[in-house]
Amino acid sequence: MVAAVGFMLAVGAWRSGDLPWQQQVTETVGTRGANLGTMSWQLTSHKGEPVSPQSWIGQTSLVFFGFTWCPDVCPMTLLNISDWLEELGPDADGLAVHLVSVDPERDTPEVLADYLSNFDPRISGLTGAPDEVAKAADDFNATYRRVPRDDGDYTVDHTAGVMVFGPDGRLSSIIDLHDDPKFAVPKIRRAMEREV
Amino acid sequence: MMNSTAAAFVLAAILPATAFAECVEVTQGNVTVSAAWSRATIGTERPAVFYVTVRNDGSEERLMGIETPVADVPMLHETVVENGAARMSYVEQIVIAPIDAVSLEPGGYHGMLMDLQTELVEGTTFPVTLLFEKSGPVTIDTAVLPLRAREAACEEAL
Ligand SMILES: [Cu+2]
Repeated sequence: MVAAVGFMLAVGAWRSGDLPWQQQVTETVGTRGANLGTMSWQLTSHKGEPVSPQSWIGQTSLVFFGFTWCPDVCPMTLLNISDWLEELGPDADGLAVHLVSVDPERDTPEVLADYLSNFDPRISGLTGAPDEVAKAADDFNATYRRVPRDDGDYTVDHTAGVMVFGPDGRLSSIIDLHDDPKFAVPKIRRAMEREV
Repeated sequence: MMNSTAAAFVLAAILPATAFAECVEVTQGNVTVSAAWSRATIGTERPAVFYVTVRNDGSEERLMGIETPVADVPMLHETVVENGAARMSYVEQIVIAPIDAVSLEPGGYHGMLMDLQTELVEGTTFPVTLLFEKSGPVTIDTAVLPLRAREAACEEAL
């Protein structure tokens, strides 16, 4: 691969030229310690089963926000996670991995199931009514923002990191998208060592 | 002819899969475009991506846009992560410094193929034309890889 070095960035606006949303994603993730034990959202898995935060306690969980219409960052995150699961080998069996859709309008359980069938089968998709998804995002201190496009379609900006929760239900760390891959698996192992 | 074909088979058997396929490469003016790939899509509703490597052997060059018959709205984009949040921005142009190369790759610059006219099926190819400021339009065959692909399935001849 050729390193993309020494070039200038020319970051333009979308063609509409109107950018109110670009200044608004300012909250940093994880500033308030998220705790599954105090969360109260109710979502539905890609298999149509109800999922609540308390059901994750007792195992190490990875959670990230994304959507199946996202062509670049979301497949990359899913692939990164698949790599970590492979590196963890049998230790990954006790892990729960969840993608929370920030696009519940399009990502129904059926759509999530179809999409996730292309990736590691241990990755579960979660969706729900828009206000439940908003509540879940708030509980996780995650942000997302629907961005309309000129043609009437839309995309969604969203928190990109993978949050790692220990069996005690407390946030252990966040694996950022551009983190050195060698730190990811140790972060997961550290979370696994937490006592319930 | 027969001998070199036989030799190629032996090589293919002993080299890893990514090593024996050389990328399609197109040179025009000072630019060489290679390793063009995209992910397969589920239907036509979702936008597709386009990744490619551009080498510039001359003075400063600019990629001004892309065109393809498979999408009505192809655009240059960049994924930006700011305060932990990811967003994609429209990029008016990508500057390639003299004697340098730029890769459009996951997590950074990419072509965004919106209003897809046809499903991108794994194993097929489709043409994408890159519009350069000095070297003009350059069309390359783009390989459709599985949805879980991370990089081009060929070796760049750089
Ligand atoms: Cu994009």
